[in-house]
This record gives sequence, structure tokens and C-alpha cells, in this order.
Amino acid sequence: MPLNEKTGEFTPKIVAFCCNWCSYAGADLAGSSRLAYPAEVKIIRVPCSCRVNPMFILRAFEKGADGVILCGCHPGDCHYSTGNYYARRRMTLLFSMLDYIGVEKGRTRVEWVSAAEGVKFSTTMNEFAAKIHELGPNVRLEDLRCKN
Amino acid sequence: MQELINRAKELLADGTVVRVLGWRKGDMDYNPEVAYFNSAEELDNFVYDGFCGANLSKYMIEASKLEGKTLVFLKPCDTYSFNQLLCEHRVDRDKAYIIGVGCRGKLDIEKVKAQGISGITAVSGTELDGPDSIKVSTIYGDFDVAYTDAMLERCHVCKGKEHKIYDELIGESKDTHDMDRMAAVAAIEAMSPTEKFAYFQAELSKCIRCNACRNVCPACSCRKCVFDSTKFDSQQKANVDSFEEKMFHIIRAFHVAGRCTDCGECSRVCPQGIPLHLFNRKFIKDIDELYGKYQAGETADQRAPLVNFTFGDAEPSIVNERGSK
Repeated sequence: MPLNEKTGEFTPKIVAFCCNWCSYAGADLAGSSRLAYPAEVKIIRVPCSCRVNPMFILRAFEKGADGVILCGCHPGDCHYSTGNYYARRRMTLLFSMLDYIGVEKGRTRVEWVSAAEGVKFSTTMNEFAAKIHELGPNVRLEDLRCKN
Repeated sequence: MQELINRAKELLADGTVVRVLGWRKGDMDYNPEVAYFNSAEELDNFVYDGFCGANLSKYMIEASKLEGKTLVFLKPCDTYSFNQLLCEHRVDRDKAYIIGVGCRGKLDIEKVKAQGISGITAVSGTELDGPDSIKVSTIYGDFDVAYTDAMLERCHVCKGKEHKIYDELIGESKDTHDMDRMAAVAAIEAMSPTEKFAYFQAELSKCIRCNACRNVCPACSCRKCVFDSTKFDSQQKANVDSFEEKMFHIIRAFHVAGRCTDCGECSRVCPQGIPLHLFNRKFIKDIDELYGKYQAGETADQRAPLVNFTFGDAEPSIVNERGSK
């Protein structure tokens, strides 16, 4: 379990897959608007929310992530017209499957954040990080070999 | 059975087909194997009985690349897989001559063994027109087992006796449906997350990664498979920890989500007896409930739910309401 060196508290690892065309720019806007979001959130830029293979999410958990969030354009606003509609179905089924095998359902989330929604980006990340703090470290889906 | 052999010989003789894809006798009565027959003489080893559970649709992918037509025997549930492969342009309809064979449910030798019968030397009475109970001969004597008690789980949730695609039909089929298909999935859904986790941990830790479930699945037939990649963390080897097995099985089921016809081959071939169909069925259940009833392979011109969408689809957050408490 990663602990904060100064406070000794649990510091989760949160992976955020952000669509290049909206959420990634939304994160930029949050930054330039000086809105704070936790440093525990690590952003991975993807060309579209649809680029996220369900395996990416499992891989993130395997490598020690405590929570994974996928951010994409609002339905109807996809840069590639329909990518996020496919992502929506895929993620619904994947999250349902994770719940089915007994992984706490708060560890995964999908949020639609546009490039103009810096505030939404920061509040979403704050909320999500708070949820992961509440759930504690992810012990059910991690690869033990990744631990030292 | 003789009727099938005679018809196959006729079709071979008049040149309609150049080979026959069917089942031949295995080393025991309960393990016939899938085989190609190229001549009338070879057909003497042909067998079709209650243990011929193997779905031959997948073999048609390779047979479609061969010269000439192949005669293939499909049971009602196998025709769904064939339709699905046709839909995905994996098999060539013109290269197949399909004889729809009758089926009264297929048997599972494990179900027989589970009744405390061991040392099995022979099983008889499993033919299509056989009696209601099968005769199991063992080194300890003979036993009678009711046909339905020895049936595969998938036959208790039979999709129906109707062949979805065929050139001709031989033999009468029976609808053996006598259980709720989604009951087992619903039972797991009702558990708490800790119980669910413990259940799947116990089941999946048996996995030896033999890849039989992948290899037998008609839907799982990519030429290049992600599980063969050396970059993938659970490549060809036994699991080293509890995560690998879950990753493998979630991905395996996800790759066939929306295309799985629920033929039950994965669970039938699993040497460890893992109920793999529970993963596939969970996806089917979710798809049915969220995106409308869908049966893969019902027809050959459907659009699978995961390559389709509607503007009003449920948001992924619906899992929070539907999932475990």
C-alpha cells in the first residue's frame, strides 16, 4: 500500500483516461483556471474514449491502480461522431462484470467532461479521489508481482 | 446414426461434397472426437450419439478455405454458432453442406461420475432414438442412469429444437429446456461483493490456462489472439497469482460479448470443471436487460450489440444502482 512519506496516510493511485479532444483540454482548463484536483490522479491521454480497450482498465488495476476513471466527450459531441457511444456500452458491461466478480463498484467511473468544463473536471476528480480514499487500497485486482 | 452414414456416403459418391466433418469413435464410449472423413470406408468409424457434444461450426472456418464442399453435421444449438460465423464472414456458406441432426440433449460423463459411478468401461443407450436411461458398465457392475440426469448443463437451458440454418434435416430433435438459464447468474448477483469475490477466486484458481475454452469457442476465433502475445501478462502458462486468472477470463468473455451464442462449449471442455459459461451469460443477461433481447446467431444478418448503439443507452453509472448493495 502506497503511503504518504510525510503523513503516513494512504495515497491512492488513480488513473484517468482522458479524451484528447475534450477532457484532456478540460484538465488543461482546470489547471489554467487554478482549480485544484488531487495529485494522485494520473492522466493518460487517449485519442477518444472509444480507444480505451477494457483490458487497459484491467491492466491499470493489475499494475496497482486503486481507481480508474474514463473521461470522454459528452454523448453527441464525439470528435469522431460516435466513438463515445461505443465506449459507453463497453464500459457499462465491463463495470457490471467487475461488480459481478466482486470488485467494489466505486473503483471505476465514466464521466463526460467537455473542453469547457474545467470546473467539472476538478470536482469530478476530487469526488472520485475522495471515494477511493474511502474504499482504501485495491487488494482484489492487483498483480502481486508488482509489489516489492 | 446409420441414416447419417448412408446419406454421407451418398453425398460423397455423387460428388456434392468432397469431405465429411463429423465425429468418430474415441478410445472410450464417452469421448468421441471431431474428425474429417474423406472416403466411404473412413465413415465406418463415424459415430453420432449422446456424447457427440462437440460443436462443429468452428471447424468450418478452416474447412471453408479448403477446395470443394464439406458436409457438416450441426445440432440445433450449433446452427446458432454457424449463423454467427456467417454473419462475421468467417465461414463460406457455399462451401458447406449442412445436415441438421436431431438432438435430445447431450451427455456429460462428469455428471455420471458425480453420482458415484467410477471405473466406467462402456456406456450404451445414448443414441438419438435410445431409451430414457443410459446403461453404464463399470468394473464394479452395471448401472442405469436417467438420460436427463446425465445431461450437460447447457442442455437443461436448451435454446430450442429448431435448426436455424440447414440444407436438410435428419432425425427428430427434442426441446430439453427445464431450467432457468439465468438462475445461476442471478444467484451470484445476489451475493455480497466479498462472497462474489470468494466464489470466483475459488472457481478460477483451478484454471491451468490450457486455453481449451478459447480454442473450442466458435466466437473466439481470431487468427491472432491477444493471449498469444508475449506482452500480455497471462501468456501461455499457469497462473502465478490470483489476478491473472481473472484477467484472462474477463477478457476471454469480453471478446465474445454480444457474439456468444451460449453454446456452452467452454464449460464442456474445461478440464477443471470451471463454470465458464457464467461469465458469458452475465454479459448476455446485461445485454438483454440494458439493450434489449438479443440472441447471437438467431439470423445471419444481425448487428451485434457491442458494435451498435442508441442515443438513449444507459450510462455506465447504472451499474451503481443495478450492482451489488
